[in-house]
Amino acid sequence: MAAFIPEDTGPLVHDIGETILELSHVEKHFGELHVLQDINLTVARGEVVVVLGPSGSGKSTLCRTINRLETIDSGTITIDGTELPSEGKALARLRAEVGMVFQSFNLFAHKTILENVMLGPVKVRKRPRAEAEKSARELLERVGVANQASKYPAQLSGGQQQRVAIARSLAMDPQIMLFDEPTSALDPEMVQEVLDVMVSLARGGMTMIVVTHEMGFARKAANRVVFMSDGMIVEKSDPETFFTNPTSDRAKDFLGKILH
Amino acid sequence: MSELAQLMRQYDVLGGFWMTIKLTVVSALGSLILGVIVVIMRISPVKAFQLFGKGYVNVIRNTPLTVIVTFCALAFYNVLAWRLAGPDARSSVQLFWWGVVALSVYHSTFVAEGIRSGINTVPPGQAEAARSIGLTFGQTLSQVILPQAVRGSVTPLGNTLIALTKNTTVVSAIGVAEASYVMKNMIEFSPNFIYAIFILMALGFVILTLPVGMLVSWASTKLAVQR
Repeated sequence: MAAFIPEDTGPLVHDIGETILELSHVEKHFGELHVLQDINLTVARGEVVVVLGPSGSGKSTLCRTINRLETIDSGTITIDGTELPSEGKALARLRAEVGMVFQSFNLFAHKTILENVMLGPVKVRKRPRAEAEKSARELLERVGVANQASKYPAQLSGGQQQRVAIARSLAMDPQIMLFDEPTSALDPEMVQEVLDVMVSLARGGMTMIVVTHEMGFARKAANRVVFMSDGMIVEKSDPETFFTNPTSDRAKDFLGKILH
Repeated sequence: MSELAQLMRQYDVLGGFWMTIKLTVVSALGSLILGVIVVIMRISPVKAFQLFGKGYVNVIRNTPLTVIVTFCALAFYNVLAWRLAGPDARSSVQLFWWGVVALSVYHSTFVAEGIRSGINTVPPGQAEAARSIGLTFGQTLSQVILPQAVRGSVTPLGNTLIALTKNTTVVSAIGVAEASYVMKNMIEFSPNFIYAIFILMALGFVILTLPVGMLVSWASTKLAVQR
């Protein structure tokens, strides 16, 4: 395992380990549109990276390439020393190590909350049902929706659904968690309950890559902020530096629009 | 009324409808199995399977059933002498099974398209979430996509089953003694009862298909997935 080489990271909130994720010269086109241009990013175990940027800058696409929900044209993505496989069982195995939380929750509509959380451990990890149920209930307790276990997703509020989605990912004991705009589809009063869960995860040492517009979360929990614009990583720095003293014009322009 | 009773005594009407039911049930199972295989090919990530599935559906669906039925009987049974029911079975049994094959192959295309339309009602995020927790292609289908697709497929599958029930009449062309075969005999030998014969046949098929339609409406409400 390669030692983690800090890029221009600045001070860190908590201790981080060796490199767990490495994107090297990643390129992707959607037809004519060059959505990812020469993306290089190294993430250490335990690090929380927040990806910011205007809409259409490619930040969601970047997030989705890491567990290959989007394919890439060239470059390499390496997770824990293994290059991301392109197909089949090997890819499924690797995806199990990378949790993903979606903007639209995507809970399995035909399964109860408890079954949603148990499906991965039982079918992928082949754990006994009783054991999987026990840890699923613990996880639901941890995200504060234990009393909803026997309901169906449509019966829960957006905030509750998103917390279940986080529990569903955590049930796989992932090495990395990806968050693709996890609070963008929520009513304003429900944003905080989801962010609270995410902050506690970050404090607990989970490796997280978070695409979000929540500047408060970035300030509070991020080790590092990555700013993207037009498919390129324009700036990488610690949150304090990024918010108070951005170097690029595009970052200044972006911050000017969102921070009043 | 007495005419109907006399017809029922004289000809094996119930036997005819029993053959219709046997053809329907066995072909429904056959077309369901074939249809599921075809639809999995169509949505699989392997390009060759997708093309085969698409080609199969488009060729078979657009061929008249009569052509498929007579082709099976004449080419496979008469000329090539493939005996589906074993070497010793009687010709009527052999032709029954060739009829089942033709009906299954033909209706499997409608089954495949029905299930595919059901799959299209499942939001793509469901498959993404399933893949993101590490489920394989097969697990994603069996655990997440198909259980939700069933609801959207119930109505088209029910329509296909009703069509299949009535389309079994086509195999009378190869001499399988189902209801319409009996009807032709009745018209031939008791032409003065023509109205009674038609009413008897229409009634028989309605009795067979009406419950299917009712069951389908009930099931599609029952299986609804809340979003």
